[in-house]
Amino acid sequence: MIDFTIPDDIQQQRKLFEMVARDVMRPIARYYDEHEHEIPWEYVNRMWPLVKMEWAQRVTRAERQLAGEKKEKKEQKSGKRKYYPNLQLVHMVEMLCWGDAGLYLCTPGPALAGFAIDAAGTPEQKVRLLKRFAEGDPKWGAMAITEPGAGSDVSAISTTAVRDGDEWVINGEKIFITNGWLALEASDGLVVVWATVDKSAGRAGIKSFIVPAGTPGAKVTKREHKLGIRASDTAALVFEDCRIPLDNILGSPEVQRREDKRGFKAAMQTFDMSRPVVAAGAMGVARAAIEFVKEKLAEQGIDIPYGVPKHKLSAVQRDVLEMEAQYKMAWLLTVRAAVMTDERQPNALQASMAKVKAGKAVTWITQKAVEILGPLGYSTEYLAEKWMRDAKINDIFEGTGQINTLIVARRILGYSSRELK
Amino acid sequence: MISFTPSEEQQMLIDTLHKFAESELRQQAHDCDENAEVPMSLIKTGWEIGLLPASIPEEYGGFGEGHSMITSVLALEELAWGDLGIALNMLTPALFAVPVLLEGSEEQKHEYLRRFCEEDFYPATAAFVEPLFQFDPFEMKTTATREGDTYVLNGEKAYVPLAEAADVMLVYANEGGQTQAFIVPRHTEGLSVTKRESLMGVRALPMYRLKLENVRVPAANKLGGEQGANFTRLLNYMRVATAAAAVGVARASYEYARDYAKERVQFGEPIAHRQSIAFMLAEMAIDIDGLRLMTWEAAWQLDKGQDATKAAYLAKLTADDVAMQVTDRGVQILGGYGYIREFPAERWMRNGRGIATLEGVILL
Ligand SMILES: Cc1cc2nc3c(=O)[nH]c(=O)nc-3n(C[C@H](O)[C@H](O)[C@H](O)COP(=O)(O)OP(=O)(O)OC[C@H]3O[C@@H](n4cnc5c(N)ncnc54)[C@H](O)[C@@H]3O)c2cc1C
Repeated sequence: MIDFTIPDDIQQQRKLFEMVARDVMRPIARYYDEHEHEIPWEYVNRMWPLVKMEWAQRVTRAERQLAGEKKEKKEQKSGKRKYYPNLQLVHMVEMLCWGDAGLYLCTPGPALAGFAIDAAGTPEQKVRLLKRFAEGDPKWGAMAITEPGAGSDVSAISTTAVRDGDEWVINGEKIFITNGWLALEASDGLVVVWATVDKSAGRAGIKSFIVPAGTPGAKVTKREHKLGIRASDTAALVFEDCRIPLDNILGSPEVQRREDKRGFKAAMQTFDMSRPVVAAGAMGVARAAIEFVKEKLAEQGIDIPYGVPKHKLSAVQRDVLEMEAQYKMAWLLTVRAAVMTDERQPNALQASMAKVKAGKAVTWITQKAVEILGPLGYSTEYLAEKWMRDAKINDIFEGTGQINTLIVARRILGYSSRELK
Repeated sequence: MISFTPSEEQQMLIDTLHKFAESELRQQAHDCDENAEVPMSLIKTGWEIGLLPASIPEEYGGFGEGHSMITSVLALEELAWGDLGIALNMLTPALFAVPVLLEGSEEQKHEYLRRFCEEDFYPATAAFVEPLFQFDPFEMKTTATREGDTYVLNGEKAYVPLAEAADVMLVYANEGGQTQAFIVPRHTEGLSVTKRESLMGVRALPMYRLKLENVRVPAANKLGGEQGANFTRLLNYMRVATAAAAVGVARASYEYARDYAKERVQFGEPIAHRQSIAFMLAEMAIDIDGLRLMTWEAAWQLDKGQDATKAAYLAKLTADDVAMQVTDRGVQILGGYGYIREFPAERWMRNGRGIATLEGVILL
């Protein structure tokens, strides 16, 4: 039954995060845009207790599993569903990015690294590695895939992991890693590092490894200065004979020609979950820009009418309506992709569709907002110019607009990467 | 709870309509467009599916549980996927029946709705559009003036589907600054069909110009009775219906172009192997899915009884663009063949442009 009802608990949670976004994030948004590389403790400390609680639950679950208790019965059986964790997540992220996208990325916790460990780790790994996010001071996790020679083409990564007795030895360089510095140097966090155990095996040789903070040989070599999301930490990492325990690999160490369920393919599948989340973040920025434009226009006595013929609209009104329509389309695509994850339906196609649309929509919407607002839009007196700078990243990370379009195209055409390069 | 999956019954309806669209509408679309008419036999076959009786409650002669806009948009997409012109021809009676169902008074529902539940196609229609460059449904030039127990209608209407053959029609007119609808029997004095429209697209649908000169109808013929109808609500339904039709037309064009691009070999490989073609297709697919979701959301709001004005309007604005862009690309991907009338792509482009103009002519 087609239904757009947002579950009550999610609506309530939105209200909670709206308070954080409005009262905690907005007031400090400009400061951290101008003070790149400072840690936004006001926001971090507000979020840490919530994050800790969430991960404490997951760790407890893993502990019970370790103690031999049977897996809790999945409540997500087909039919009536009560929980929509991914839908909840996209709503939360949308709201926090409405507050500030750069600050949102500084949310303490294991972030993508946590989801990777939670999805592919053994109960023992979950307890051992994730416990830090359930206690003590704020900590961060990071996901290190990109290298100077491997951006969109993830299969080209050249960081190596070589087995030496009871350890893996990691060598290589990673760039543009969100929260890389926060995870390795500013806190007792960890980084999930993608490396190859057998370059000749191509994708099948790529595995992910967990490098905790404090591991000798892992260091941060650079912290980037960026166009936008300046509050967010983006770091270059180098691994030099960096030794980690044998059991810090996610999934099997075997290089299987036929795809290992927890191998490269599984790692890429975390994108099906994370792309709608990135898309949701984009939509938060887009909504912020649209609301601000409408508010400023209303102060000038210009309202946006819904329902009148096009020829009765001014150019500005048409622009704003187009912004709202683009927003709506991208948001609904995002929600659909998230709900499909919750329903355990394959959603690689829909996740990429959402990401393409959201990245494009937010880029265009925020650019339009600056244009419409004129001299004040371009000024740092308001946040519109910042939102435009922040927005652009959504068309770049988690697969560029083109890469996600490529994924959509391959899916709809039934093509392999050989047939459609 | 939130879901993007049609119910089982809806899925059955979609499947039925898809088969019908594929085996009938698609087969006859070219000829109907060229001959500017649809054979009565085809219209009858469509009528027998019983879309209208299914949304008319038993007390008014139907067998449905009432109108569901979600079901309507699902049906509209499939039929428009088959052919917009033929689909609109078959659905013309809904232009009368659905407003009566949604906004009619009890007497009006009892009087008229059962006519749409009979075996034979009942020709009813609506006169909505006016022949102006800057037509505004909220400021119609056709007027309705109350004189005692009657309303007097004056003005000119355009794009009135099947007006010639209609038995009765709804005429939208301006009553003191408000748009209202009036039930007018076709052969009322003063009502004349002046010419058949000749349009760029939807040629299979005979549409007419209409003149109203001191047309008198009883005051009881105002839709909704004395207090009238909520026109904004009706317009929202029409907009959502139009957006749903746009999804169908765009999807037809996209699917054809996608399949063609995999077959057509140039420079030694299928043209779909090139990103410039494949990316166009990907963007078409994304926009179609996005538009469909916007349409569903607006339809869902209507079914919930919420104010769907904004959602319906944004869906319709988006539909205008998506229908045009997608069908234009549908022609582009076929190259020269896209421009030839033997192939369907150019027809979808002509029909796609119609979405921006056909508001008031599409409803279910
Ligand atoms: C602020 C920020 C944070 C980031 N965070 C992380 C992180 O936490 N972890 C991480 O691992 N990475 C991260 N990244 C890296 C990001 O994922 C990559 O930058 C991105 O995937 C693109 O890779 P690239 O920069 O090497 O560009 P390239 O891959 O060199 O792409 C250049 C251009 O070519 C296009 N292109 C490439 N291949 C194709 C193709 N086959 N078809 C069509 N067009 C193509 C691209 O779309 C792009 O427009 C981050 C980047 C930034 C800027």
